Amino acid sequence: MTHSITLTINGARHDLTLDDPRVTLLDLLRERLDLTGSKKGCDRGQCGACTILLDGRRQNACLALAVSHDGADILTIEGVAQGDVLHPVQAAFIAHDGFQCGFCTPGQIMSAIGLIGEGQAGTDPERIREGMSGNLCRCGAYAGITAAVLDASVQLEQADRRDAA
Amino acid sequence: MNRFDYVRPATIAEAVKAGSLPGSAYLAGGTNLVDLMKIGAMRPERLVDVSHLPGLGAIEWLEGGAVRIGALVRNADLAHDAAFARSFPAVAEALLSGASPQLRNAATVGGNLLQRTRCAYFQDVAASCGKRTPGAACEAIGGDTRLAAVLGWSERCIATNPSDFCVPLAALDAVVEIHGPAGARSVAFDAFHVLPGDDPARETVLSAGELVTSIVLPAEAAGFSGHSRYLKVRDRTSYAFALVSAAVGLRFEHGRIAEARIALGGVAAKPWRARAAEEILAGAHLSDALCGVAAEAALAEATPSGDNAFKIGLAQRIIVRALAMAAAGTPQHLPALPASPFASATGGLVYV
Repeated sequence: MTHSITLTINGARHDLTLDDPRVTLLDLLRERLDLTGSKKGCDRGQCGACTILLDGRRQNACLALAVSHDGADILTIEGVAQGDVLHPVQAAFIAHDGFQCGFCTPGQIMSAIGLIGEGQAGTDPERIREGMSGNLCRCGAYAGITAAVLDASVQLEQADRRDAA
Repeated sequence: MNRFDYVRPATIAEAVKAGSLPGSAYLAGGTNLVDLMKIGAMRPERLVDVSHLPGLGAIEWLEGGAVRIGALVRNADLAHDAAFARSFPAVAEALLSGASPQLRNAATVGGNLLQRTRCAYFQDVAASCGKRTPGAACEAIGGDTRLAAVLGWSERCIATNPSDFCVPLAALDAVVEIHGPAGARSVAFDAFHVLPGDDPARETVLSAGELVTSIVLPAEAAGFSGHSRYLKVRDRTSYAFALVSAAVGLRFEHGRIAEARIALGGVAAKPWRARAAEEILAGAHLSDALCGVAAEAALAEATPSGDNAFKIGLAQRIIVRALAMAAAGTPQHLPALPASPFASATGGLVYV
């Protein structure tokens, strides 16, 4: 039995037919839509490398069955830059050396964008570390990651204030 | 992962009908079920996707101050609901101490009640496990037992319930609302999960097709809001299951404890309500000595199920510390590290 679903991914609408309900959003993105930025680390919701924004909220794409998310609006790492202009979180990861091998980085960046959007961490490094604990980095670039998220939080907050003014 | 049929019912009645068929499992957030299907520990033939059912996603305040939490409310949404966290701070703290932010954004409160044990022998399909295969022997016994139960276990199963959220719900006398083939019913939280006994495959009182639709916290539970904490000791500061945890609520009148509520996590197959300890505290002036007596009473019936006697002493110390934290008053803002013994004091205290 096939299942038809519609997803909006990085602003573009996709009408998709699934021939098997076992397909996760992660496998759909990577294997079918060639969006390989979201990484498959543990494939069990433990490492965070597959983090995407699902209807604006960060989630593990590896544990989300695509068939259950018909109608969802998805943002992946491929959709966060504006053309050649990096998203402030992407730029902050480069400025603060927030990675070494880079495998976890797309998930880290998507998680950081989600965290900043949730508005719970502010600029407290302890709250940022706690808020990023769902993303593992085997290279141990955590110090740079925390600095990058902190910096990006401040920048985005200032940008928000400018927009409001 | 095994092959399965996928159905998406439009109403609770349709869901219950499909969920009553042999081999069915309900799918909501999927954070536990999909994971366990990937490793073969669960092999449902049919997933009944309840995540789109209308009417189960609200936090609804009832007359008198009780609150009904729809089963599809996400863990993160409940924890960050300001009015809810004000009335039931230990519940919010427990939620935020569990899993990761990504998982809390996906996982539902109904699913949290039904999450399966983290026992490695349950997850390893090559091991014998009476939860996976009814009647099979428990291979955890005599194996790696560090994380296993010290209360309420049996020779058939020594697994623990991993939930944080369920611990304060047990302490606060929550009620589980259920729809099933025979209609709707309510179950007291303490009676919802069952001990393994001879049949560890049976983990709750739910019968075939029954669906958790909401959880109610009674108005009296908000009476503990000024002195409520959740304390959780784990192998990592964040993103780890509890070795042992405790939810504590105190209500003071004229300087004495009018009523105490204590429940433990990580020690049994269900959240463990420590009624004997509560009775010792009721009506008394709080003192270090009395907290020690209460903690001892809470674990009076505990026995190691293997190499885990440390959990008994740990649970007693966690109770003593959680009582002291609750007596000091609920913090105005949750600490940066919710429920952590390493949390720094942030923000002022309320109601002190």
